[in-house]
Amino acid sequence: MNQAIAKLSEDLWNGRDELEVLTFEIAGETFALEAFIVQEILDLLPETSVPGAKAFVGAVINFRGKVIPLADIRLAFGMEATKPTIDSRIIVIEIEIDGEPVLAGIRTDKVNEVTTLLQSASEPPPSVGMRWRPDFINCLVKRGSEFIILPNLQVIFSAKHEHASATTPHG
Amino acid sequence: MSFPDPIAVFRTEAAELLEQIEAGLLDLNVNLGDKDQVDAVFRGLHTLKGSGAMFGFEALAAFTHHCETAFDRVRKGEVPATHALVTAVLEAKDHMRALVETPSGDHEAMSEVLLLNLRHAVDGSGDPAAAPAAKTPAQTLFKICFSLPRNCMANGTNPLPLLDELRDLGTCRVVADRSGIPALDALVATDLHITWDVELLTDQPRSAIDDVFIFVMDDMDLAVEEIAVAAPEAAMAAPTRPAAAPVAAETPAPAAALAAPAPGDAKAAKANENVRVPAEKLDELMDRVGELVIAQSRLSQLAGGSGDLTLRAVSEDVERLSGELRDTMMVLRMVPVTHLFSRFRRLVHDLANETGKRIELITEGETTEVDKSVIERLADPLVHLVRNSCDHGLETADERLASGKTEAGHIHLSARQQAGEVIITIKDDGRGINKDRVRAKAESSGLITANASLSDQELYQLIFQPGFSTASEVTNLSGRGVGMDVVKRTIDALRGTINVVSRPGEGSEISLAIPLTLAIIDGLLVRVGNGRYVIPLSAVEECLELSVEEDMRSRGRSFISLRDSLVPFLRLRDLFRTGTKPDQFQKVVVISTGSERVGLVVDQIIGDHQTVIKGMSKLHHDVATFSGATILGDGDVALILDVGHLVAEGQQQEAHLRAAG
Repeated sequence: MNQAIAKLSEDLWNGRDELEVLTFEIAGETFALEAFIVQEILDLLPETSVPGAKAFVGAVINFRGKVIPLADIRLAFGMEATKPTIDSRIIVIEIEIDGEPVLAGIRTDKVNEVTTLLQSASEPPPSVGMRWRPDFINCLVKRGSEFIILPNLQVIFSAKHEHASATTPHG
Repeated sequence: MSFPDPIAVFRTEAAELLEQIEAGLLDLNVNLGDKDQVDAVFRGLHTLKGSGAMFGFEALAAFTHHCETAFDRVRKGEVPATHALVTAVLEAKDHMRALVETPSGDHEAMSEVLLLNLRHAVDGSGDPAAAPAAKTPAQTLFKICFSLPRNCMANGTNPLPLLDELRDLGTCRVVADRSGIPALDALVATDLHITWDVELLTDQPRSAIDDVFIFVMDDMDLAVEEIAVAAPEAAMAAPTRPAAAPVAAETPAPAAALAAPAPGDAKAAKANENVRVPAEKLDELMDRVGELVIAQSRLSQLAGGSGDLTLRAVSEDVERLSGELRDTMMVLRMVPVTHLFSRFRRLVHDLANETGKRIELITEGETTEVDKSVIERLADPLVHLVRNSCDHGLETADERLASGKTEAGHIHLSARQQAGEVIITIKDDGRGINKDRVRAKAESSGLITANASLSDQELYQLIFQPGFSTASEVTNLSGRGVGMDVVKRTIDALRGTINVVSRPGEGSEISLAIPLTLAIIDGLLVRVGNGRYVIPLSAVEECLELSVEEDMRSRGRSFISLRDSLVPFLRLRDLFRTGTKPDQFQKVVVISTGSERVGLVVDQIIGDHQTVIKGMSKLHHDVATFSGATILGDGDVALILDVGHLVAEGQQQEAHLRAAG
């Protein structure tokens, strides 16, 4: 499995035509992560903010006796914070950063479904017409009339972000 | 039960044996007449040879055999122990390590050279074969009682070849004790029920008998009794002498012989009382204990809230038990620093030879215990520091005599525990750190601007910068400016601190303060804003209330007077930018960070808390203020304050504020 993760950072599709993903929504956009990196989907948990940490990973949660960071990828995409709703969930994923497996939670507004995306429908992130950093995105996959964003978590997690501002987002 | 790779097990064992041999040799070097050390070294070499051969390290076994032979002669008083011999065997020992690590490498030439050295050291003559032949073999009568484990045949051991091997050693009389054989219907054909009494008349030493049983030694009962030393011509008569009376067939071995095994066996039995466990299994166990402690604190909370007395009693029992379990667990992970310190004796011995200085190493506090993982990581930095002291710190004998010091330089290596930290000090009585040279060097390499005003401590810290070295010439040992920054980095990674004290002409002292980094600590749980935090209890000196007047007055200055001394304080609310309204009655937790006392202002002191340290995620490694996190009884996460880094952070923030205002 670790090997698979390492390959993911090189090429998401890795010669495959199909990709099994979990789709979820953040701030009205649909994102997808490869299903096998997903460990668990949790209801919202009490969060503990970490003063001085990057706002993007400004809190930690108790995931079955482990303390794991809770990432808010909307901050990486410069999206508005949305109020937690009855549909809000935390997706716990395991990815490899600098050769070490790291568990992290991702705050989402809604988790949709596990589905299969086709390589033929995917496109690299466009160079213009997008206010997001292109390297944060692996690819966009067209489905029906909408696009699903496949974020590049390795880049997002290792990228430098601004430190927490005067108040922590939740707490 | 699954076994780890036997080769890996042997390597671990060999490393330990080599360490023991080295320690023995160094002790012997101090006191050449020490018979115990000669024996200890011999035993180590012997075991290494035996197990080496067993695991297919033929080259190692063959090479070690020669060293063993040399020591055997010392042991028997045929040749004296000399410094030359110790040095030769020390070098040979390093070669053995190479043979253990890369058995397939090309070691032939090296082996030859070392063995030649060894021969010269032993008797000056180059002919080792002559030596063993020269002694006239005295015949000894051994009475050997041995019994193999019941299931040994199922495991592939056949007792008959063992007996054949014994017969090869000399004249043998074997009596089988069949009294253990059960009635036919109870007989299990694959079990071994027979024990043997053997009388062996041989010119071989006792160790030859042990060699026969070396493969089964761990599981068997072996009693060897030296009955009489007989002249060769008495050999045949010996078995019939009264001293060898208990030869009557089928009588069980005399109790005395079984109860008093030879000294070598006693040692082996003692060594077997230790169980070697992979460190990761200990970590796993620690995790489990950690989870138990968390579950227990939830239970305590529930029990405390209910009126059920039985539940409370049970909860208290569980609390006590898990506390004890935790303590035991922690003791398991702690190892004394002896292990760490012992390797410096060799280092100093070698450095003294290389530099031509006379150096004495004095160690202190070897029994201080530190978490095993910390010990492992401390080794490299300490090597650098000791080298540095030997090479840069200590003067040559002439210089020392000229400045009125003893001819031999002294290096003190000491360890002690203090307030949740272990302090390791390397002190020399050399020339001290030349502040002007450090300054000049730092200025020339652009680390500081010319005439920058620095405290002594700040100046000394410069030597830990990468690429910094004041040695005018590069020696084999140090002076390349690598090393000291490695020290700094490692100590930083352990969240420790380095303190340097130096007096020109009198020597310098470098202290490393390393947190014990136990996986569970006692902590003080406090609340700041909406967040709860744990302060390690070992750092806490006292708690007091910040009176409203003090609070108001301290807008401009942040210190309180505590029993006539001023204690500066940090408001954690400001530091953590909680953005909430402060509680009416603020509390101050006075902590000590080594030399300093600092107050931390918190909203509420909740109480003490058994804290299971969970590491912070990789994504939070840039946050130095917290050394970890823990899970509270209600399942929430609380962060553990890293007191040293917190104070440093506070100083920085204040400096920013001053600069801004």
